Parts: sequence; C-alpha cells; structure tokens
Amino acid sequence: MNEIWAGIQEAFWLIIILDSDLIEITVRSLKVSFTALVVASALALPFGTWLAIRRFRYRRVTIAALNALMGLPPVVVGLIVYLLLSRSGPFGVLGLLFTPTAMIVAQVIIITPLIASITHQAMRELWSEYHDLLISLNTSKRQRVAALIWDGRRTLMTAALAGFGRAIGEVGAIMIVGGNIDHATRVLTTAIALETGKGDFALALGLGFVLIALTLVVNLAIHALSRTEREGTW
Amino acid sequence: MIHFIFAVLIVFSTQVQAETMRLAATTSFNNSGLSDVLLPAIRMDTGLDVQLLIVGTGQAIRLGEAGDVDAILVHSKTAEAAFVAAGFGTHRRNIMYNDFVIIGPRSDPAKISEAESAVGAIQLIFEARNSFVSRGDDSGTHKKELALWSAAVLDPRHFGPWYKAVGAGMGASLNSASGLNSYIMADRASWLNFGNKGALELLFSGDPMLFNQYAYIAVNPDKHNHVNIQAARRLEQWLLSARAKSIINNYKINGEACIYLQWHALALYYIKGLI
Amino acid sequence: MVNYPISVSLNSVSVKRRGKSVLGPLSLDFKVDGFNIVLGPNGAGKTTFLKVLHGVERVSYGTVKWSIPDAKARQSQAYVFQSPIMLRRSVRQNLAYPLQLVGMDKAEITTRVVEWAQKIGLQDVLDFPAPRLSGGEQQKLALGRALIRTPQVLFLDEPCANLDGRSTREIEELLKNATQAGTHIIMTTHDLGQARRLAGRILFFLNGTLHEQGNASEFFITPSTSAARAFLNGDIIE
Repeated sequence: MNEIWAGIQEAFWLIIILDSDLIEITVRSLKVSFTALVVASALALPFGTWLAIRRFRYRRVTIAALNALMGLPPVVVGLIVYLLLSRSGPFGVLGLLFTPTAMIVAQVIIITPLIASITHQAMRELWSEYHDLLISLNTSKRQRVAALIWDGRRTLMTAALAGFGRAIGEVGAIMIVGGNIDHATRVLTTAIALETGKGDFALALGLGFVLIALTLVVNLAIHALSRTEREGTW
Repeated sequence: MIHFIFAVLIVFSTQVQAETMRLAATTSFNNSGLSDVLLPAIRMDTGLDVQLLIVGTGQAIRLGEAGDVDAILVHSKTAEAAFVAAGFGTHRRNIMYNDFVIIGPRSDPAKISEAESAVGAIQLIFEARNSFVSRGDDSGTHKKELALWSAAVLDPRHFGPWYKAVGAGMGASLNSASGLNSYIMADRASWLNFGNKGALELLFSGDPMLFNQYAYIAVNPDKHNHVNIQAARRLEQWLLSARAKSIINNYKINGEACIYLQWHALALYYIKGLI
Repeated sequence: MVNYPISVSLNSVSVKRRGKSVLGPLSLDFKVDGFNIVLGPNGAGKTTFLKVLHGVERVSYGTVKWSIPDAKARQSQAYVFQSPIMLRRSVRQNLAYPLQLVGMDKAEITTRVVEWAQKIGLQDVLDFPAPRLSGGEQQKLALGRALIRTPQVLFLDEPCANLDGRSTREIEELLKNATQAGTHIIMTTHDLGQARRLAGRILFFLNGTLHEQGNASEFFITPSTSAARAFLNGDIIE
C-alpha cells in the first residue's frame, strides 16, 4: 500500500516539476504510437470495410486468419521484427533496428489486425443494414464505402482507440526492437520496466500513473471530438 | 498507401543527430548507475552519443555477432574469448571490475555468512535447500553462478523447486529474491543501487572466485563493414584514459566504492594476493 | 412531369434461395402505368417480384428488361422497404442523400429538402437522428427520401404494415399525390381495403407466379380464378 501511495506522489511531482526526461519519453511514446496508429488505420480501415462488403473465395479463411493474428503475442512480433531488421537479417541494410521506426513497425503489426477485425465486424453489421438501400439508390462502389465509413465513423474511432491503447501500453515487442535506449527509443512502458528492474517502484508506478492518465486524456479528447461533431442529441 | 508508409518511415529514420554509436552493455553497468555518470562525460569529452542497450552478456554477444551494435561491454571471459576467436571482435580490453556478492535473508537460515569460501557458501545453501533465485538468462552473472555450482560438483538441473531460474535481468531477479526472501548472487554495484532490498542483506563476499571482470570489445569491421569502428576505438581510448579512471574510481553508491578501473584493480588484487 | 407509361418484360424469370424456388418461372410483359397493387397470400413471391423488378435481388434464371436502358432504369426508380432503412444521420441528411448522390448543387438540395420535409410533416425534426424517429415517422421519411428524386417508378413493400390509421392515411395521401405528379407505383399490401382505395390495377400472385391480373374494379367484383375469389373471401389458400 505504501508503494502505491509513494507512486502517486512520485507521479504528481514528476508532472508538477515538468520533469524533462518524463516529457521526452512521453512525447516519444505518443509520437511512436500515433504514427503506428495512423499507418495501421490507413491499412486496416479500408481493408476491414472491403472485407465486409466483398464476397470472395477465401473470405472466411481471411477472417479467421485476421482473428488469429489479433491474438498474436507482442513478444513474438518483436522477435520476428528484430530478426528481420537485424544487420544479419533480410532488412538489415536499412539500419532500422533500435530506432523509433522499428518500434512503429512492430506496433503496426500488432494493432493492424485488431483495428481491421473491429472494423470488419462493425462494417458487416452496418452493411447488412444498408445493403438494400444503397443498391436501390444505384450507388457506385466508392459511394457505398464512403457511406459506410462516414456513418460508421464512431465505431471506427473506437476501433482506432482500441488499437492506440494496445500500442501505447505494449512493452514486450518494443523492448526487443527498440532496445530501450535512453534519449533514443525509451518510451513510458520500457522506462517502467527499467525502473521496476532497479527496484525503484515509486518511480515505476509514477510513470505508470502518467501512462494511465495519458491514455485517459487521449480517450476523453477523442470522445469529446466525436461529440461536438455529432450535432444535437445524436 | 505504400508511399505514405515509406514517407513516415523515412521521416523517422533520418533523425540522425551528432555522431552516435551503439554499445551493448551488461545490465549491471546500468543498474549500478555508473552509466548515468559515464555517458554525459563521454559526450562532453569525445562528442560521442553512446546509445546504450542494456542486455545480458549472452544477448550482448549475439548483438555483436549480428553487427547490430558497434561495441560490447560484458563480463564473461570464456564467452568473450570465443567471440574474439571467431573474429567478431578485434580484441578484448579489460576495463574495470567489481565483485559478486551473495545476498540472502537477514536471518540467514543456511548460515552462509560463516562460510569459508564462495563454494562453501553455496554448498550450505544447497544443503539447507533454502530458496535460491538464479538469473537463468545466460548473462555473465548467470555464467559465474553456474561456474560456482560446478566447482561445488553440483548440477542445478537436478535441483528441486527451491532453485528458481527466473530468466530475467539483475534488477528483476533481485525483485524476485526480495519477494521470495531467497538467496541470490548479484554484482555488488547492482546490489548497492537496488531500491527494493526488503529483508535481504549482503551475507557473503570477498572470495577471489567472485572477481567480476568487465571487458570492452569493438565489433570487427571485417565482419560488418557498417559498424562505426572509429567511434568504437575512440570510446575504447577514452575508457582507458585518466579521466575515466577518476570517474569510475570515485563512483560511490551510498558511500561505498564498487567499481574500479582495471589497472588499479589488478594492482589491488596483486597486493591482496588474490590473483 | 409527363405521365407516360413504362414497360418491363420478364423472360422466364425464376429466383431460387437455398435450392427452393421462391419466384417463377415467370414470363410477363407489363406496362407500368398508374397505381399497381400486388396481392397474394404470404410466400406468394410478392416481395421477391418487386425486388427483381427493381434489380436489388438477382434472378437465378431469365432476364428482366425495362423499356429504358438498364443503367438508367434503377436510377429513375425508388424503393421503400418493408421495414424502413434509416441512414444513421439526421432527417435532413437522410432526405439530402439521394440528391447528393446525383451531384445536385447545394442550394437546390436545401430547398428540396425543406419542401419535402414539409410534405411528409417532419419539418420540425429536421436535425433529429432518423433512427430515433417513431415507426410512422420513419416510414414517412423513407417515402419522402424515395420521392425526392421524383422517380418514374416507385416500389413499396407493405408501407403501412404496423402503422396506425392516421399514419396510413397520411401515407396514402402522399402516394396519391405522387401518382398525380407522374410517378408510377407498384406496391404490395395485405390490406384489401387499402388495395380497393388505391389500386388502378391488380396483380394477384400465388405460389411464386402471377395467377391473375386485371383492372382493380373488375378484379374486386368478378375475379376470374377460384383462388382469387377465395383470397378475397378471406379463405386460406394453399
């Protein structure tokens, strides 16, 4: 109990004095996870929607594979990305191992299936609701996808948020591919792991509370954003 | 889409600052807090931005073999020798040392504080079947611990559940030992800097067998032509300088000096008749 | 708008679902003119017939050919589904959507939307989310959204099922106005009274085929088949 109280106090102080290391790793956490989110969303939202409205031969297999990928252990993703990006690996010449880019790559792989799967479920529901109407109105394929994405935007935002939450809270993969290098690839989660390793639970917990507060703020911000856009009592 | 992703990747990968080099160093180098004073001094004196990867000796050596780092700072003489012999490193340079210590519950149920030697101490732990936490991660500390068991003609593979191989870094293993009130072997610097000692106490130290040598090896550019050998050499020169010596020798945790620059250390051990 | 008839011809059309025939085989030349009502017992294939004509349901066999090119046919038609499909948007945006699809300019969309909101009596709830309207309001909105592009042909599938008398009368008013404005209507209903009130022409379906057709006045007085007679008497037909 003492440890938790000390952690709360530590977190409070870190924020009050605007600790420069804290700000640096927080900004890096946000930068890495937001970039991963943008890239993953750019891939997953159209793919999930496409999967919902197109009928093709290996559709069921694709969906099953997607759901399986969703449960991919981040550590395994980290290991594979590590082996691929290592100087001795196939993409070694890019020199990306132990850079924020490597962390983004790992996070994209972890969250894309999650976002695509939630998107697919939401879009399938909406598509079965809209199907007859959109066909009847003689819409083009583009107009259909646009209508689905626009009217499903709140669900899609939720999907993206789930992805962001998973990305920013993840430690196993980015520890392996980022290396937790101070001033280069250290982010909140890896810093927490490091401080725990040093037995400095108060600081680790403090960073943990900062992380929790951060995800809370991001969630609330997006929630508020979608609210103002909702027009009236929507 | 693909273009967009590449654009994002390029933005991040072109953020190269001053001259940087990557050093894979053993966990104790960081957990002791020594890296926090050395890295700023290195940057000031040489302009090198040393990116530190804190890993076990086993993984540090793998990183060096793969060419993912420019140099390694580790503490396992046999593994280092093999690394250099295979041509992955140019040569090994002894930099500094500290010593391993055996930590355990304050009550010391196995009475190891009365042991004559390190081997005697672990034999007492074995006889008492008192819980013991092992790093179990192929690190330098782990290798040293295995060497002790083997010197005692014991094989941890046949131990019962009292022997817990946690497969974690020094700090995490100390946390486990603290939680389980177990015996554990650690390097002195990590132990002194550890914040969650709980009911644990330093019970045994001082046996020459517990000597812990840290060596620096630059990765061989013949194996990996992209490594920054100039920077690795500059860092090696600096580590051997008088300034490094004074920083390392004056580094104290809770008023206790725990790491010594190499030449000094050797002299000390010769005087004590330990080598 | 000129009230000229359109015709459609079905050539041995059949629709099968999971191996079971739900419509046809059906061959028919049909001049769509005025108010046409499709009658028949449950499972006679009425809804499938409408969907096939409109092209939202694929035929398993045969062809459906409108007297205007295929590309323009559905564009000039509208369909009101049995349970109204509401876009998850405001009433205003639901009405505007079909006009936006054809690229009408914004000012004209605004005037039309306001005009139609008044016609269907939803002018006070323009910014209310459509999925939260009552059943009657949703049905009226679906109808307004179907009529806003002034279609040549309007399909309606049981538009007044589950509605109270007042809403039913309002919808019937709107449909009468639409036919006067030149829209041809093809509608299914279970309500014989409604069929008597509105129909110009009756298509009587039984077991997936067109069993009898004729002018409403003749059909209701002297149906020519025994099945139609039984249906009008309220007997169960199998």
